[in-house]
Amino acid sequence: MLSQKTKDTLLGPLNINNPVVVQVLGICSALAVTVQLKPALVMGIAVTIIVAMANVIVSLIRNTIPMRIRIIIQLVVVAALVTLVSEILKAFAYDVAMQLSVYLGLIITNCILMGRLEAFAMTNNAWDSLLDGLGNGLGYAIILVIVAFFRELLGSGALLGYQIIPDSWYAAGYENCGMMMMPAMALILVGCIIWAHRSLNKEEK
Amino acid sequence: MEHALSLFVRSIFADNMIFAFFLGMCSYLAVSKTVKTSAGLGVAVTFVLLITLPVNYLLQVYVLNPLNLSYLSFILFIAVIAAIVQIVEMVVEKFSPSLYASLGIFLPLIAVNCAIMGGSLFMQQRILLDPENVKAIANIGDAFAYALGSGIGWFMAIVCLAGIREKMEYNDVPKPLQGLGITFITVGLMAMAFMCFSGLKI
Repeated sequence: MLSQKTKDTLLGPLNINNPVVVQVLGICSALAVTVQLKPALVMGIAVTIIVAMANVIVSLIRNTIPMRIRIIIQLVVVAALVTLVSEILKAFAYDVAMQLSVYLGLIITNCILMGRLEAFAMTNNAWDSLLDGLGNGLGYAIILVIVAFFRELLGSGALLGYQIIPDSWYAAGYENCGMMMMPAMALILVGCIIWAHRSLNKEEK
Repeated sequence: MEHALSLFVRSIFADNMIFAFFLGMCSYLAVSKTVKTSAGLGVAVTFVLLITLPVNYLLQVYVLNPLNLSYLSFILFIAVIAAIVQIVEMVVEKFSPSLYASLGIFLPLIAVNCAIMGGSLFMQQRILLDPENVKAIANIGDAFAYALGSGIGWFMAIVCLAGIREKMEYNDVPKPLQGLGITFITVGLMAMAFMCFSGLKI
């Protein structure tokens, strides 16, 4: 149903061309919101929606943007979308919005957005840009969810706030790894994901 | 005065932009290959922070708050930052072509550096804090102190990492871990070392 090119546009960023572990974009928020799974999920969804919509908007107006001030125009489009999403989150999911705090606003300066707008939306039509935005947003969300999964499971013995590690384990002397809650471990986990990803994809290069 | 000094020292060590909040990570990882370029970028970030943060503080306190327009802060802050970065770029191009040549593509990237935007957003939160709190920003002097401290902390972090990466050129790192992977783990270890400053008080 989908041609090979559209398939590549949509699915490439999920693995081979992942924005976080291959292109190293959008690391800041990827690390900061991953202490628990729930904010990571919300963040992933928010970024996916914003990348896709910003890609479409910039792609539609790309022929009318003067080259010299394109960065400012792109930033304004993104900032307007982020403001919308943050107001919606504050209205319907206040506690998550508070947990994400400044990192919600920092979606504006997320390099994935500027990278995709510059590299893809400025030269491609709206439909391809939508797919590209969705693909990259999901690629980002996947890494977020993986990191958050390990940090929440090992750090507080829970997933999405529900306790997973049984009480009998704690009684037998099992303890949560407090290190996992620290910022340092997020960096090391992403380092390990990059390691695994490169080892697995070695043959294809 | 005492409060500003404490804010300054805390923002360098305990609230370090990189190790505590991961802000400005993208350019931090991309530009930290040699000490010289990373020092240049560090100075540029400090400089831009020092201008944008007080400007945004004044906007927040005297324009957005009285008019109840806080929800427009994202757009306003990013516009201020983008405009100031543009001006800095033109000034550097005119007065120091050698610095411009070495920073090249990275100057425009400062506009989308999370450390700059993050500094302004943290400032916005800290205005609301109780003035007794060590993290509170109560006046324009505090805003300067916070900007300078954050900038110096960022500068220090990127120069340290560049130094380590220059040394690491000679090490035998496993193939899939080379480059990016080992850099992440190095930063993780550095962040662990910086955690010992977290109880710092003056």
